[in-house]
Amino acid sequence: MQAKSKIRNTFLIALLVLLSVLFLAPAFIVLMNSFKNRFSIADEPFVFPTTDTFAGINNYINGITKTGFLSAAGYSVFITITSVAVIVLFTAMTAWYITRVKSKFTSGLYYAFVFSMIVPFQMVMFTMSKMANLLGLDNIFGLIFIYLGFGAGLSVFMFAGFVKSIPLEIEEASMIDSCNPIQTFFLVVFPMLKPIAITVAILNTMWIWNDYLLPYLVIGTKYRTIPIAVQYLRGGYGSKDMGAMMAVLVLAMIPVIIFYLSCQKHIIKGVTAGAVKG
Amino acid sequence: MNKVSKVLAFSLAALMSLSTLAACSSAPAAPASSAAASSEAASAEVSSQAASAEGAKEIYYLNFKPEIASVYDEIAKDYEAETGVKLNVVTAASGTYEQTLTSEIAKDEAPTIFQINGPVGYQNWKDYCLDLKDTELYKHLTDKSLAVTSGDGVYGIPYAIEGYGIIYNNAIMSKYFALPNKKAKVSSAAEINNFATLKEVVEDMTANAKALGIKGVFASTSLTTGEDWRWQTHLANIPFFYEFKENTAFPSTVLAGLDAKEIAFKYSDNYKNIFDLYTNNSCTKKGLLGSKSVDDSMAEFALGNVAMVQNGNWAWGQISKVDGNTVKEADVKFMPIYTGVSGEEKQGLCVGTENFFAINSKVSADKQKASIDFINWLFTSDKGKSYVSTKLGFIAPFDTFTDAEKPSDPLAKEVLAWSSKKDINNVAWTFAAFPSQKFKDDFGAALLEYVQGGKTWDDVKKVVIDGWKTERAAAAK
Amino acid sequence: MQKALKKYFAFFALPTLLAFLISFVIPFLMGIYLSFTKFKTVTDAKWIGFDNYIQAFTANKEFINSLWFTFRFTVVSVIFINLFAFLLALLLTKSLRGTNVFRTIFFIPNLIGGIVLGYIWQLIINGVLYFFDVTITTDPNYGFWGLVVLMNWQLIGYMMVIYIAGIQNISGDLMDAAAVDGASKGQILRHITIPLVMPSVTICTFLTLTNSFKLFDQNLALTAGAPSRQTEMLALNIYNTFYGRVGYEGVGQAKAVVFFIMVAAIAFIQLYLTRKREVEN
Repeated sequence: MQAKSKIRNTFLIALLVLLSVLFLAPAFIVLMNSFKNRFSIADEPFVFPTTDTFAGINNYINGITKTGFLSAAGYSVFITITSVAVIVLFTAMTAWYITRVKSKFTSGLYYAFVFSMIVPFQMVMFTMSKMANLLGLDNIFGLIFIYLGFGAGLSVFMFAGFVKSIPLEIEEASMIDSCNPIQTFFLVVFPMLKPIAITVAILNTMWIWNDYLLPYLVIGTKYRTIPIAVQYLRGGYGSKDMGAMMAVLVLAMIPVIIFYLSCQKHIIKGVTAGAVKG
Repeated sequence: MNKVSKVLAFSLAALMSLSTLAACSSAPAAPASSAAASSEAASAEVSSQAASAEGAKEIYYLNFKPEIASVYDEIAKDYEAETGVKLNVVTAASGTYEQTLTSEIAKDEAPTIFQINGPVGYQNWKDYCLDLKDTELYKHLTDKSLAVTSGDGVYGIPYAIEGYGIIYNNAIMSKYFALPNKKAKVSSAAEINNFATLKEVVEDMTANAKALGIKGVFASTSLTTGEDWRWQTHLANIPFFYEFKENTAFPSTVLAGLDAKEIAFKYSDNYKNIFDLYTNNSCTKKGLLGSKSVDDSMAEFALGNVAMVQNGNWAWGQISKVDGNTVKEADVKFMPIYTGVSGEEKQGLCVGTENFFAINSKVSADKQKASIDFINWLFTSDKGKSYVSTKLGFIAPFDTFTDAEKPSDPLAKEVLAWSSKKDINNVAWTFAAFPSQKFKDDFGAALLEYVQGGKTWDDVKKVVIDGWKTERAAAAK
Repeated sequence: MQKALKKYFAFFALPTLLAFLISFVIPFLMGIYLSFTKFKTVTDAKWIGFDNYIQAFTANKEFINSLWFTFRFTVVSVIFINLFAFLLALLLTKSLRGTNVFRTIFFIPNLIGGIVLGYIWQLIINGVLYFFDVTITTDPNYGFWGLVVLMNWQLIGYMMVIYIAGIQNISGDLMDAAAVDGASKGQILRHITIPLVMPSVTICTFLTLTNSFKLFDQNLALTAGAPSRQTEMLALNIYNTFYGRVGYEGVGQAKAVVFFIMVAAIAFIQLYLTRKREVEN
C-alpha cells in the first residue's frame, strides 16, 4: 500500500514537473531568441543561438532605442503606482461615505458603480477619449484621473463590502472622542481597511500595468507605456524587427515576475478575493 | 476659462442628448445641432484668443513615413533653433495613418500640418484642408497639375515625387549572364523589356540559384497585415492604369478611376502573371509569406540573398542601413514592372506621388501661418533643401531645387534617369483613385489567402471587383 | 454620526464621483446617444435613428462573423480552461511535495499583459507551423486554436487557484467520514468534492466567460484578424470599425451598444444564478 502510493506520488510529481516545464517554456523560448540575430528568429525559434546567430545584446539596444523603452518603463511605473495610490485612497473614502450615509442618492451611486463594472470598455472608448481630450486630460496626470473613474466601480464595490462588516461602534466611539469625520476616517477606519486595501491595490496594479487600449487612446501618440511600446514595434518604423521584439518582450516580463515573486501571497489572495466578490 | 466653456458645451451636449433620448425620436435633430453650435462657439472663442497672442510658437506635423521619422526629429531641432517655433512631429505607425489622423484631428491640439494621399484623401478631409493657392510653395511647384485641387482652391501640395519598379542587384544579374549554361537569350538585365523575357530569365535563375549563391530570385512577397501595400496598392496600380487608360473621356487615369463606379479588372491576368512570378521564384515558401514584412524583404535584398525586390526609391535608406549589406551603390538598378501587356516595351517606372501637404483649416490663423512658413522653409531655404535632398531623399517637385540639389542616392537617380529616357512613358500613379483603404486591405488579405491556397484567383478577382463597387458606393454616400 | 458625515460629501465622495462622471457616466450616455447618429467628432452628430444598427448587421458579414467566432471561441475556452484548472487543482490538493512551487509557476502567465502574451505565442505558433511551411495566417482555424491555447496558458493558473481555495474549504472531517463509511475515491469526488466546489465552478465559468468574450489585446497581437478578418473577435471588430474607417464611427458605436447588451446579459445571468444559489443554501 505504502509503496504503491509512493510510486503514484512520484508519477504525479513527474507529471507536474513536466507541466511546469510546458508552462515556463514560452517565456524561456522568448528569452533564448532575444539573443539571436533578427533573421534567425522567425524561422527557427526552437534552436539555441549558435556562434553564427548569436547577437549579444544588440537586440536589447535596438529594442530599447526604437521603442523608447526606458521612458516607457518610467511612465508605466509612475502611472501604475500613482493611479493605484489615488484609487485606493479616494475609493476607500467614497465607499465609507456611501455605506455610512444612507440615502437614496448614496445607494443610487453604489448601484451606478456596480453597474460600471459590467460595461465593456469598447462601449465608452470613443466618447471617453474625446472627453479626455476636450478637458485637457490627455496627459499623464489626466490619465491617472481617468483611471480613478474607471477603477472606481470594482474598488468602491469591494471597499463597501468590507466596510459593511466593520461594527459601527468603533467609529461612533471615535466621533464621540471629538474627532471629526476626516480624523475618524484616517485614524480609525482606514487602518482597519488594510487587508481589503491590499487586495484592491493588487487588482488595480495588474489591470493598469497591463492595460493597452485606454492609455493608447488617451495618451498613446505622445507617451508610450510598456504595452504601447511593444505594440508600436509591430508596425511603427515601417518594419517588424523580430530581434528587438524579443528583447522588448523579455524586458516587459521582468518587472511583472519580480513583482509577483516579491508579493506572491498577497497577489494570490487578492485575485481570489477579487474573483469571489466580483 | 475656455476650458470651462468647453466643459460646459460638452456637458450641455451630453444633457441634450439625454433629453433627446427621453423624447425618443420626435424632434431629434434640433437639440443635437444646438449643442454642436454651442461648442462651435466655444472653439471659435479659443481661436480668437489665441490669435491675439503674438505668432504661434508651436506647430504639429503628423508624419506619414515611419522610415524617416528620425530625420524629422533633427529638422525640428534645427528649425526651433533658427526660428524659435517648436515643431512637434508625431509619426503614425505603418498602415495606421488615417486611423491616427481621425483621432488626432478632433483633439484640442490637432495636427496643424498633415498629409492627404490625393483626391480620395481630400474627400475625407476636405473640411480640414486650407486653401493653399496663395502660398509661396505652390508658386514654386513645377507641375501645377500634380496638386490636389477643387474648384479654384489648392488643398494639397505634393512634396515628393517617387518612383517604383523592380529593384535589382546588377552584381548578381551579371553573374547569371556570365553563366556558361544560361538559357536566356538576352545578355544583360538592361535588355529585359517585357514579361516573357523577364520570366525566362527569372525562371532560369531559380534553376541556377545555387550557382548564383542566392536563396531565391525575388525577396519575400510580404503579406502581413499592414505590410502588404507593395501588392494591394503599388502592383495593383499597373492593371488599373491600363484599364483606365482605355477610358479616353478623361485626361488622366486617376480621374477616370475616380469616376468609375465599377471596374472590370480587365488586366487581372497580367497582375497574376507577375504576382505568381514573384511568389514562385521567391526566397520564401508561399505558406510563410503571411509572416514577412517589408523590412524582411529589404534585408534579404541587402544581404544578397535575392536578386530582385519590388519597391520604390524611398527604400534605399532601408537597404543601405542593414548590417552586413553586400549591395554596392553602383549595382542597384531599377527595371519597370512588366506584366505581359502588349506594348510594354515602352513602359517605364511608376512615377507619381501620394504625399501632399495639407494645412489644418480649423486651427488658429497664427498656427496656419506658422505651418505654411515651415513647409516653405523646408523646400526653399538652403538648410531645408539640404535636408530634403540628402537626408529625406525626396525628389522635390519645386523650382527652388537646382540639378546639383537633386538627391544623390542611386535609386532616386535611377528614377530620374528612367523618366528622361526617350520613348519610355512613366506609368502614372493610378492607385490614388482606389476607393478606400478598406478596398486595399481586403485586396491584400485576398492575396494572402491566394498564396496560401485558401482562395482561387477567381475569388481574388471577385473580391477586387465587388470591393471596388461597394466601397465606391459607400464613399459616395 | 450620519449627520456629521453627510456634510463632508465634498471631501469623501466628490473626487471619485467627478472622475467617475467624466470618464464613465457621461461617455456612456453620450455613447448611447451617438449610436443613433452619424458623427465624426462628437459635436457634429446628426440623428439617423436605427440606421447604424441596421448597417452593423447588414453592411457586410464581418460583425456577424466576429460574433460567431467570439461565441465559438468563448465556449471552447471556457470548457478547456475549467477542465484543466480543476484537474490541476485536484492534483495540487493531494498534499504532494512542492505543491507551492507548482502553484507559483502555473500562476505566472496570468500576470503578463495581453499584448506581450500575444507576441510570445505568435512566435511559438509560427515556429511550430514553420515545419509545415505555413503560418498562423494560413487558416483561421490556426488563429482560433492559437487563441484558445493562449487563453488556456493565461487563465488556467488563475482558475486553478480559485478551485484550490474551493476544495480546501471542504472540511476534512466530511471526507474522512465518507472514507470510513467505505466510499470509493470516485464516489467521494462525485458526491462530495464536485457538489461542494460548485460555487467555485460558477465563479470560474463566468470569469472565463467574460474574459474570453471581451478579449482584445491578445487578439490584436496574435492575429490582428488575419486572414481576411476571419479571426477578428467582437472587441477588435468594434475597434476597427471606429478607427479603421472614416465615416463609420456611428456604426462602431452601435456595435459597441450591442456588445454592451450582450455582456450585461451574461452578467445578469450570473447574478441570477448566484442569488438563486444563496437562497438555496
